[in-house]
Amino acid sequence: MTTKDKYKKVAYYPGCALEGTGHSYNRSTKAVGKALGLDLVEVKNWNCCGAMEVKNIDPKLQTYLSSRVMSIAANEMDMDVVMAPCNGCYHNLKKAEYDLANDNASVEVVDKLSKKAGHKTYESGQVETIHALDWIKQAIGEDGLRERVKNSLSGIKVANYYGCMYTRPRHIFPEKDQGPGSESTSKPHFMDDLLAAAGAENVDFPLKTACCGGAHTLSDSDTSTKLVLNILKAAKMAGADVIATECPTCHSGLEMHQIRAEKTLGEKVDVKILYFTQLLGMALGLKPRKVGVHENVSDSMRFLKEKGLA
Amino acid sequence: MRPLADIEAAIGRAAADPDPQAGATELLGLAEEVLEHWVTAKGDVPTHAEREGFRLLALHRQGAQGDPSFNACRETCREVAYHYNLIRLQPDAAGITDRLQMMGMVSNHLYLFISGKMQVAQLGDFCCSSRPIRTGSEDETLKIKEA
Repeated sequence: MTTKDKYKKVAYYPGCALEGTGHSYNRSTKAVGKALGLDLVEVKNWNCCGAMEVKNIDPKLQTYLSSRVMSIAANEMDMDVVMAPCNGCYHNLKKAEYDLANDNASVEVVDKLSKKAGHKTYESGQVETIHALDWIKQAIGEDGLRERVKNSLSGIKVANYYGCMYTRPRHIFPEKDQGPGSESTSKPHFMDDLLAAAGAENVDFPLKTACCGGAHTLSDSDTSTKLVLNILKAAKMAGADVIATECPTCHSGLEMHQIRAEKTLGEKVDVKILYFTQLLGMALGLKPRKVGVHENVSDSMRFLKEKGLA
Repeated sequence: MRPLADIEAAIGRAAADPDPQAGATELLGLAEEVLEHWVTAKGDVPTHAEREGFRLLALHRQGAQGDPSFNACRETCREVAYHYNLIRLQPDAAGITDRLQMMGMVSNHLYLFISGKMQVAQLGDFCCSSRPIRTGSEDETLKIKEA
């Protein structure tokens, strides 16, 4: 089996956000998979990964939650790869994998809870966990994508925003920083690579891994709004028409606080916010509705029409 | 070290400095001050050492000790240093005032991230990748749960 084949059929772990505020990410991820001939098999009876909250109460319980998802994929679905488009889910799967490989206490807690829950205990290394970016990059690659583009994204300037969790903490991503071809934790580029292959012009964006304040969007909205406003302004200053996102928390934070910044701080920044899967889907010839543009909070339709994508 | 609350306005002024070289130096100093606040709040004395030629990077390293969540601003610090180098080493480059403004935005992000982290919960969890420092160590958390 080639590397490309390995990623053509993966277990799909959408996570809670993609059933709610991030529904357009779910829709566009599935649509892109279908357009590329890739097979997504949703993890049966998946559970919440614990997001950012459970770890503050009990980190090992959080490890268990992710281990259950991986156990179902490995032991009940016989899958080798679990793909999570959400940065939070992806991060938590990676963290669980790391803890189970390096911390006996985590192994014991997970084993105890798995037995109590009545399923096989997940053992480190049973599955490979990847992000949606890895999935498309590995299964299709830039050349494969370039061959399939029907509506080039040429003329669209994109600031690729990876958020804070896709690369941090560095030690839970052993496959990154492995030289040419691998992802970088300090300067991630997979989204840049894919969107460039689809014709987009990537701008130099210094806040690509900066915190969006997502975890405190309710408890300290003003700081979150200022953080987002600063990100939007930096993207605009870098020349971007669009901020491409890969995390539902970042995406909804950018959209919501873009509106809030206008209302509370009187500052409007006209930069569009789209999931990278939405941009890729339209490049592959899908209509905006097929990739859920109508489900976004911000309105990008006029812009997409101007660019010939709608 | 001026009060944290005064730094935001100072960043805005430095980013608009008609002399980009002076503005870049001022922004680098302000970024260091932000980190000094964080390190001081943790009970440490801010270092005067340098890493890769920048005190800012040494301060970040010091601030992240025992608190991995602080690495969420590691790349921001490196971008501040990068923009400083761009401005200082290419003084005649076209668009140098844009570079200074961008350095201001990056510095502002550092200020917002750290001041938010300190305001919300003193030295609490502002970061998604954070370790639960408010709830004690992982072992203590488990002991509480088991009891």
